[in-house]
Amino acid sequence: MATQTAERTAETEQPQAVVVRFAGDSGDGMQLTGGQFTLSTALAGNDLATFPDFPAEIRAPQGTLFGVSAFQINFGSTDVDTAGDAPDVLVAMNPAALKVNLSALKPGGLIIVDEGEFSKRNLDKAKYDVSPLDDDTLAQFTVLRLDISARTMEAVKPFGLGNKEALRCKNMWTLGLALWMFDRSRQPIHDWLKAKFAKAPELAEANIAALDAGHAYGETAELAGPLRQVHLDPVPTAPGLYRTLTGAEAIALGLVAGARLLRLPMFFGGYPITPASAILHHLVRMKEFNVTTFQAEDEIAAICAAIGASYAGSLGVTSSSGPGIALKTEAIGLGIMTELPLVIVNSQRGGPSTGLPTKTEQSDLYQAVYGRNGDAPMPVVAARSPADAFECAIEACRIAVQYMTPVMLLTDGYIANAAEPWKVPNPDAFERFPAEFLSEKNGPEETLLPYKRNELGARPWIKPGTPELMHRIGGIEKAVDTGHIDYSPGNHQAMTDARQNKIANIHVSDQQVSVGTKGGRLAVVGWGSTYGPIHQAVHRARRKGLDVSHIHIRHIWPLPANLGELLKSYEQVLVPEMNTGQLKTLLRDQYLVDARPLTKTSGQPFQIAELEAAIAKYFDGIPGNEGGEVEPNDAQLPSPKAVNP
Amino acid sequence: MNDMTPVETTLKDWETDQEVRWCPGCGDYAILKAVQRTLPKLGADPKNTVFVSGIGCSSRFPYYVESYGFHTIHGRAPAVATGVKLANPDLDVWIVTGDGDGMSIGGNHTMHVLRRNLDCQILLFNNEIYGLTKGQASPTSRLGTRSPTTPAGSYDRPAKACAFALGAGARFVARGFDVSKKLPEVLEAAYRHKGAAFVEIYQNCIVYNKDVFDGFAAPKGAEDHQLWLENGEPMLFAGSTKGISLNRDTLRLEVVDVVDGDWKSAGVIVHDVTNRSVAHMLVEIPFPEFPKALGVLYDDPRPTFEGEVAAEKARLSEGKEPNLAALLSKGQSWKVEESGPVEL
Repeated sequence: MATQTAERTAETEQPQAVVVRFAGDSGDGMQLTGGQFTLSTALAGNDLATFPDFPAEIRAPQGTLFGVSAFQINFGSTDVDTAGDAPDVLVAMNPAALKVNLSALKPGGLIIVDEGEFSKRNLDKAKYDVSPLDDDTLAQFTVLRLDISARTMEAVKPFGLGNKEALRCKNMWTLGLALWMFDRSRQPIHDWLKAKFAKAPELAEANIAALDAGHAYGETAELAGPLRQVHLDPVPTAPGLYRTLTGAEAIALGLVAGARLLRLPMFFGGYPITPASAILHHLVRMKEFNVTTFQAEDEIAAICAAIGASYAGSLGVTSSSGPGIALKTEAIGLGIMTELPLVIVNSQRGGPSTGLPTKTEQSDLYQAVYGRNGDAPMPVVAARSPADAFECAIEACRIAVQYMTPVMLLTDGYIANAAEPWKVPNPDAFERFPAEFLSEKNGPEETLLPYKRNELGARPWIKPGTPELMHRIGGIEKAVDTGHIDYSPGNHQAMTDARQNKIANIHVSDQQVSVGTKGGRLAVVGWGSTYGPIHQAVHRARRKGLDVSHIHIRHIWPLPANLGELLKSYEQVLVPEMNTGQLKTLLRDQYLVDARPLTKTSGQPFQIAELEAAIAKYFDGIPGNEGGEVEPNDAQLPSPKAVNP
Repeated sequence: MNDMTPVETTLKDWETDQEVRWCPGCGDYAILKAVQRTLPKLGADPKNTVFVSGIGCSSRFPYYVESYGFHTIHGRAPAVATGVKLANPDLDVWIVTGDGDGMSIGGNHTMHVLRRNLDCQILLFNNEIYGLTKGQASPTSRLGTRSPTTPAGSYDRPAKACAFALGAGARFVARGFDVSKKLPEVLEAAYRHKGAAFVEIYQNCIVYNKDVFDGFAAPKGAEDHQLWLENGEPMLFAGSTKGISLNRDTLRLEVVDVVDGDWKSAGVIVHDVTNRSVAHMLVEIPFPEFPKALGVLYDDPRPTFEGEVAAEKARLSEGKEPNLAALLSKGQSWKVEESGPVEL
């Protein structure tokens, strides 16, 4: 096979990791193909990371450039942290998919195209004057032209499907070929198809036939064509039970686990928004865990209902993405003022305004930390991966209840949709932190003090329905201890301080160094879903002998107590972010460190290579070049020019 | 209302130790007293009662009722109340709102709490003005209302609260006014209705919209301008000398004279609280051409939202154990043995 591989061992030519991208029309079932390939890869024991990348339109006009949907998977026989920089293999189901994704492919990479879709009409839609199969557009790649459409039709002929239905099996033919290429078992996909089409067995059979035909084609073609089978050894993994996990699933599971550890019923208020909706979709199927879900009339109602539920003694949770969080802002302030527990999940996407609904970005950090009227401190926790999102959700639940405060859990479109293998934890091993409700009057001489604070600075949680503890709360400033309305100057100062101190003193674990050492030439400081590329880039830089370390921050607010001292132990601090430098500003403000930004706002994750290049500049000895902004690398991104020539 | 055992209380039990901060003479005082007088009659339990309000003069109400209370943010009381009731359906939930809070900034939530039919009482204090922000025209202000924002008189058409409620799907709609002796009866009916009960209470803002309801609410001439509706009773007013009839040609309501108490031959209609069509007509009849329709205009219960939510939760949980370990390992899982991965 002519494919270059992401990494090769020094001793042999055996690839350690391969990046494959499936691209087609949004109706071609590429996400499904990718998902099933992911499962078979996990079963083969390879580590993996995926990156689904699809348009905001549900069914964009067929064959168009903006209707292209792609699924990238990076898998290997060593640890895999990112979905990979440039694909080794691109499967393009039509001309538009080829055009949009071609610039990402590695030179010398393998392109598999469905020749049957390269009609004049489809070429026009993809704005190709001449078929790229007929000129030198693809000269630097290995191209495998297959009439996948015709071969699929042939394979499913015995099942008597209509033309349209028969062609729908194309993705399974392609998957079959991919399974052959990477020496994967077909059985799990057979089982899955049978279960999926249990009510239409002829569709199951047709899809299986297409899958088998694709697989058989691989075997036959190997004898004559450029195709070669690749085998990646399983990653040595700790024994145990594993599953694939997306960020949205992880958050749903983490919230359920958090509520269980608190011994509380959970109330989840949500309103449909991409990419946060998936969390609600998962939770509605977990009602046996005393989960109540509420699809509200709007974002505001979703959070207000969650606040009402928390007031009544449930763990209130709401979830959205940037624009929806903006709508919830006033209610977050109410949660802060009334000091009720609340978890707010923000699955970030490109902004401002509607922005890029299906693309990833980390640009809501200011919104999370600062974005409210008044002095309104709120803890912020950021997940770095799907598996980490599970732990972060539990952490958010714990902080919310122990400190009686809204907590924001930041994730992003990339984490929400991406899948990774997850070693299923044993819930019996989790630390429990049961919630406590006030059951009797807590003040002198039989009085009730709803705002009397404990050693953590938290007020008691008082459930309506409790005898003798009737009281009133609200968004108006309340008197110290009693909670009565009080606008007096001294009281507002005292309550502002109390709210500020409560959040500032939340106990979070000390910041660890992910890769490298404390102190040295350069620290690369990240947060959220940039973990994978930073981790790999720092690893590679260290292998080259560069004195660079990786620090990844989970607790964005309050920051870990040791972070300032840790950052000051490096000569330089570089902060890569998928925004214009928001964590950088926070770190500068908190610690007066000269944190340098490395920013990217293209809606695509960082590439390892981009980060490696940025790190290298610190070791170039080029004056004035430290930490400058790196241009997004067009090698991976479908550049605007490629899409709209 | 909930189905709890009645509790014995007195008006005093429902008063808080907080100083009431409405303007002297404000209609809110009368409404507060009416509510505090009604609650003991209902057998309501202070510990299971929650007053939820938004923002505005009316929304200070919870501070003065000795129960649980939540003074939330502008317009959002129905949403907060929905969370409270879903989290604990045993609570009696009262929403207190105003014409600005409930019809303008919170109109959306008012609509949805009504259509979902959450079991709660919604008291909308309508004074046709923004009081707490110093007198701007509100969504219920009459055309021509002069205010700081409408110095030449307001020109946007007023919303009709009860028509809105019916349009949103309310199953209980009633009307009263602050100083009316009959207000406690209306409140009681609202409480007895299982589901969302919408009560519009005309309230006199003595500072910014003084006496705007005098046309029907002033004691003088009250008889002639108030049509108190009673289920099963003919729609009579003006000392039973006048009544409401349906003109079968125009399909409109009209005022007819009743001679010697013979309302039948005058064609006066009998109030049926379950007749939705007539309710729609009653909330639309213009004043002063018609009397103001007051009392319970419509009352026809349907299953409640919190009941449906609980039923769905039970259906979806049926036969499922809340086993966290099983949940975490659900889906596409595999086992890694010393020898390598095995599909499950």
